[in-house]
Amino acid sequence: MSIYIDENICNGCKGLAEARCERICPGDLCYRKENTKAAIRDQSACWTCACCVKECPVQAIELRLPFQISCNAASLKAQLKRNRTIWTIKDASGQVEEYVIQARSLKGD
Amino acid sequence: MGITRIDCDILIIGGGAAGCFAAVEIYKRSPDCNVLIMEKAHIERSGCLAMGLNAINAYIHPGQTPESYVANVEKQFEGVIRKDLVYSIAKGLNSAVRDVEEMGLPIEKNDDGTYKMRGKRSIRICGERLKPILAEAVCKTKAQVLNRVVATNFIYDGERVLGAFGYGVRNSNFYVVKAKAVIVATGGASGIYRSNNAGEARNLIWYCPWNVGTGYAMGIRIGAEMTSFENRFIALRVKDVHAPTGIIAVGARSKQINAHGEDYLECYYKHLGGNKCLTHHRLLATIEETKAGRGPCYLDTTTLSVDEEKRLKEDFLNMNPPIILLWAANGMNPRTKPVEIHGTEPFIVGGHCQAGYWIDKDRRTTIPGLYAAGEAAGGAPKKYVSGSWVEARIASATALEDIKGFPHKKIDDSLILKEQERVLSSLNKKTGVLPHEIRERLQKIMDEYAGGISMNYALHEERLLEARRLLRCLKERTNDVKSENNYSLVDVLECIDKLDVARVLVEHLIYRKETRWSCYQARLDYPEKDDKRWRVFVNSIYNPDTDEIRMVERPLDR
Ligand SMILES: Cc1cc2nc3c(=O)[nH]c(=O)nc-3n(C[C@H](O)[C@H](O)[C@H](O)COP(=O)(O)OP(=O)(O)OC[C@H]3O[C@@H](n4cnc5c(N)ncnc54)[C@H](O)[C@@H]3O)c2cc1C
Ligand code: SF4
Ligand code: SF4
Repeated sequence: MSIYIDENICNGCKGLAEARCERICPGDLCYRKENTKAAIRDQSACWTCACCVKECPVQAIELRLPFQISCNAASLKAQLKRNRTIWTIKDASGQVEEYVIQARSLKGD
Repeated sequence: MGITRIDCDILIIGGGAAGCFAAVEIYKRSPDCNVLIMEKAHIERSGCLAMGLNAINAYIHPGQTPESYVANVEKQFEGVIRKDLVYSIAKGLNSAVRDVEEMGLPIEKNDDGTYKMRGKRSIRICGERLKPILAEAVCKTKAQVLNRVVATNFIYDGERVLGAFGYGVRNSNFYVVKAKAVIVATGGASGIYRSNNAGEARNLIWYCPWNVGTGYAMGIRIGAEMTSFENRFIALRVKDVHAPTGIIAVGARSKQINAHGEDYLECYYKHLGGNKCLTHHRLLATIEETKAGRGPCYLDTTTLSVDEEKRLKEDFLNMNPPIILLWAANGMNPRTKPVEIHGTEPFIVGGHCQAGYWIDKDRRTTIPGLYAAGEAAGGAPKKYVSGSWVEARIASATALEDIKGFPHKKIDDSLILKEQERVLSSLNKKTGVLPHEIRERLQKIMDEYAGGISMNYALHEERLLEARRLLRCLKERTNDVKSENNYSLVDVLECIDKLDVARVLVEHLIYRKETRWSCYQARLDYPEKDDKRWRVFVNSIYNPDTDEIRMVERPLDR
């Protein structure tokens, strides 16, 4: 598995003609199911680029590694702010690490 | 399904690094020019830049000159490069970078305001948002952007490119975009060879999996001259997640070590220059270490300081999040365990190596009305992201100049019908071959007969001739391929494009009878570099009427 979508958190981007994850995936892999929750068409086609992870406004998507790459679970979430990106990494033992990285220079910031 | 017809002045195919920059550039020079970008994904996160970048790899620091830049590229590529093209790139690098900084890209600086030197020719950026920043700059122009429209072929009347056809994957519309000039900026080609990972991880590859060489294939199919496909690119990357190693080797100054902890470049490859060897020799040495039983090979990151480690992780979050997961999953950090490295499958690219359209110094291809920039353009390796911007600038200026007073030409309906039928043919089939079957067959042939990973990249005549034969068989079967929805329809089109690229590639590999670049193009039957005979460009022109690929040689000096 490359991305995991938590259906309890996903709100289906209600009101939008195209869900945000669907709009952004460079491989056109995300879509909304009939129950309006997001899903991935084909895990094996995922590039693990994390674009959908960053784009989801409610952090319903996390990045994982396919089992063949590592048999231990770790996950990565992201939150986009106007000029920085906040990353949350959970390692196999459950420990959480956070990174805040500048992403854009804003005039007057 | 409907047909959408649009007329514009300049059509840009592919809204990646080069495509976005071109749109901005045309707007600056000629605000009333009617520009259209056709993009298969969404320009906000598409192509090579989707994950983000942490460095700009081509930049002229104080003390360096365009001339010294060209000299380095020439050395790295064993003397076979288009110096005129590389020089024109070198001259424009710094101003292009400055433009993107203006758009909002954070670049690390010294106290005096100059960019901090990362490597000899690179600078460090916080580039996670580079693609959205470029897309935002495009939004400030008047350019029309067609997202989720996949270009399928050029509109070509036998004399001139008159635009392009596209398929809208969201609305199932067939697009006929007429233009006075077309800039092809679709990036390079991945997915031609079998990758290191299989099954559920098959797309965990270095290059963007959706840059499949469509721009090359479209040119091939109208007889555009292509160059240097045999100069494949094989990347030395972090094993499994394919994170770039430059940031560790250059940024953090880590050494390549083998399983015994030896600095193997210095111990065993002094004759190639040791730690100062060329990029392709670093790869060669790593393959040789494994063959000699001294693998796995690593980048020794255990000497990093705590601060350096943190910085390294930030750099990777900016450009390759999977490596962060790899460390987290395995409960390790770069300081506790060296990072294992290996070679990827071969890619066909004009940004790290020099496969692509044969162009003149102004970025005209050999077909009137068609210009190339970025990875799609050949002859100028090591252009990377900043060189792609420069090329976009040059191509834009040329296209603008060439279309002055140029009228739109009428497009024959038969051309439209023919392409519509080609694009949609797979949808109407009840039974047939599936796109993944074509893809797997292609990758198996290329891996085993045209120097893939399983062959340690080695090439020789008999296997290549077999590859040629098998690809021809496979090509015939593409008539039977079927698709079920728009997603698999695109998959089908991509497979056909990859196959067209692969066939040209194999002819290039057969033609160059020497070893010019280790691993990238290394012949077991001609193991020496032969400067007397082969300091030339190997080019090809496909004839769609006879299905034959004609090889031509072009001299180096121009
Ligand atoms: C993983 C990775 C890391 C890199 N890191 C660095 C780095 O740190 N520093 C550096 O300087 N360079 C780096 N590069 C190189 C740099 O990203 C590329 O050289 C540059 O992006 C090339 O620009 P381009 O416009 O030719 O291709 P891209 O930026 O890939 O753009 C191609 C565009 O064409 C679109 N497209 C493709 N086919 C079609 C079609 N049929 N119809 C419509 N649109 C289509 C794609 O979706 C994409 O938007 C990296 C490349 C990769 C792959
Ligand atoms: S972007 Fe997030 S909330 Fe919206 S559909 Fe996708 S997963 Fe659900
Ligand atoms: S990680 Fe990237 S490739 Fe995978 S589903 Fe998300 S956006 Fe698409």
